[in-house]
Amino acid sequence: MVTVAACLLLSGCKASPASDQADGTELTFWTFNGLHEQFYAEMVKEWNKKYPERKIKLNTVVYPYGQMHDNLSISLLAGKGVPDIADVELGRYSNFLKGSDIPLTDLTPLVEGERDKFVEARLTLYSKNGKLYGLDTHVGTTVMYYNMEMMNKAGVDPDDIKTWEDYREAGKKVVKALGKPMTTIETTDPNSFLPLVSQQGSGYFDEQGRLTLNNETNVKTLEFLKTLIEKDKIAVTTPGGNHHSEEYYGFMNQGGAASVLMPIWYMGRFLDYMPDLKGKIAIRPLPAWEEGGDRSAGMGGTATVIPKQAKEVDLAKDFLKFAKASKEGNIKLWTVLGFDPLRWDVWDSDELKKPNQYTEYFQNGQHIFSVLLDIKDEINPLYLTEDYAKTSDLVNRNVLYEALKTKSKTPKEALDKAAAEVKGQ
Amino acid sequence: MKTVKTDTVHSFPPVSRKRKIRRLLYSAKAAPYIFTAPFVLSFCIFFLYPLISVVIMSFQSILPGEVRFIGTENYQALNNPTFYTALFNTVKYTFWTLLILIPVPLILAVFLDSKLVKFKNVFKSALFIPALTSTIVAGIIFRLIFGEMDTSLANSILAKFGASPYNWLNNEHTGMFLMVMLASWRWMGINVLYFLAGLQNVPKELYEAAEIDGAGTFKKFYHITLPFLKPVSVYVLTISIIGGFRMFEESYVLWQNNSPGNIGLTMVGYIYQQGLAYNNMGYGSALGIVLLIIIFICSLISLKLSGSFKKEGY
Repeated sequence: MVTVAACLLLSGCKASPASDQADGTELTFWTFNGLHEQFYAEMVKEWNKKYPERKIKLNTVVYPYGQMHDNLSISLLAGKGVPDIADVELGRYSNFLKGSDIPLTDLTPLVEGERDKFVEARLTLYSKNGKLYGLDTHVGTTVMYYNMEMMNKAGVDPDDIKTWEDYREAGKKVVKALGKPMTTIETTDPNSFLPLVSQQGSGYFDEQGRLTLNNETNVKTLEFLKTLIEKDKIAVTTPGGNHHSEEYYGFMNQGGAASVLMPIWYMGRFLDYMPDLKGKIAIRPLPAWEEGGDRSAGMGGTATVIPKQAKEVDLAKDFLKFAKASKEGNIKLWTVLGFDPLRWDVWDSDELKKPNQYTEYFQNGQHIFSVLLDIKDEINPLYLTEDYAKTSDLVNRNVLYEALKTKSKTPKEALDKAAAEVKGQ
Repeated sequence: MKTVKTDTVHSFPPVSRKRKIRRLLYSAKAAPYIFTAPFVLSFCIFFLYPLISVVIMSFQSILPGEVRFIGTENYQALNNPTFYTALFNTVKYTFWTLLILIPVPLILAVFLDSKLVKFKNVFKSALFIPALTSTIVAGIIFRLIFGEMDTSLANSILAKFGASPYNWLNNEHTGMFLMVMLASWRWMGINVLYFLAGLQNVPKELYEAAEIDGAGTFKKFYHITLPFLKPVSVYVLTISIIGGFRMFEESYVLWQNNSPGNIGLTMVGYIYQQGLAYNNMGYGSALGIVLLIIIFICSLISLKLSGSFKKEGY
């Protein structure tokens, strides 16, 4: 029996052919987002046209989110079955930078010479000790989506909202006129908290990697959110906990709140889940904390990495440069995926002005990138450390929940407790 | 005797090989080892080897290309609030599942075994079908039923009775209630099946004899049915304790291991989070060892209390 099993195993190993020279060199690509596959398939086609002598056959494997990251860290530990290219989501990214021997290839050369054309904050985010280890997929420029039907009814012009103070006043008008909240605040995701913190140059960590989770700015910001909910009563905690829950989609689609603060990549969710709001939503920069202050932040992100143990490191690097660091690639990031690409020098190109499903859905759809160009220099970097994943989870799970939902702790207490837990371990 | 036989074997190799194998298979000494070999091998490869590795890993810090021993640091790190939350949640969950998943199936099984109940097979299958569904699919349905909007099924039923809607998934107690309910709904049928099987062992004559002696229904149940069900109950208790402590899916499907305020964090969820999500394999291994010890002790206590170590058995 054992021999039979062993035979089966052996024959199974032999069955995998090594004769793919005809189609080009095989590269394995792991991702957790099926949509990304379309983008890479498109870029492989372009690459093979341009470099017929270095053809690539991209072997894309789409795993569920958790499983893909688990497989990647296990394969890196085992040193076997490592993919040539992989997508790593921001929440898990810091895990791969642990230790002194980082298992990822240095990607700094990919942006060399053109670095000033990229939104720097998104390169800093994925760097350690000045070396870039992952190439982001989008800037994640945070904006305010206003439901113009509701704003008009309440007699508020979003263009007059310059600061958060203005936003508060406008919110009071909306509540008075419509009896609906001005906005919703997430309690299980950081998209209502972190952008506001980042706008003020703060974050979970500072440039030197020191924990700043419970600094004065962060505490004040969380207190501000609490005031919006409790005292001003112009905001409610997001139904379902975050802006990706079924409950929220239904709520918002029926005109549940007059505005929502989310990154540009959230446009796709409007299209897919809130069809009734078509033609009603306008995109504007965030209110600033003071006149002339920063009006955006970069949120979320998926970095593409090349493990050091990959078989075809050089080819993978050249291909990644072509796919995500070139102008053509960055244009495709918008046309295929609807993302705001890292290279801002393509933002005013003609391809990005062409009408598509996104430009049709939003009121100022044709001018999305002129809004973005306006605020591109107002995005502050966030800094990652080895503890980023844990810290971010603590904010999402405990801090926001305790300070805003159950109100069992004051904002300061909640942040102090989380900071102590990060430091303690 | 035997040595003589082996000698003959050597002189006729082609015939003897067959014979040798046959003799090996028929020999009372070797056969048990051969037949248990597949199990022993799979046990060693898939259980013993990982177990030993985990023990070693729990004293290490593990990163790609950088494995080093760090003494008991991983075990010292156990002293943190999240660990206690996970442990406490797991103990609570196990307690509630034991409280529901042993007495209720027992009583249901007795009812299903009674001659007075009609449509037995309908009830049996209805109770068993949940066990065939995947926890993940069922969990998603549960999550939608207990959504926080007024329009979710549970809340709309509450509204019919004039109660205000509830935020089921965001509250410590209702969160635990949902996990226990999902588990109870799913495992009820299986436990009923165990008890039904146990009931077939009860000799019918005993009931008749008891009836002649004037025993009522309750007395018969207490003095005849229960003692005969003891071995099955001990078995169900043991697997329920183990199942309770290693619970993961129920919590995962409701919150994707990201429950607000860690209301749904279990020990296994915590191991997964630390070992894989935070790439902290050493600490994850230490947690695994602690969980192993806890389950071991709890099972021993339950077996000891139920008297399973006595030779007499039932």
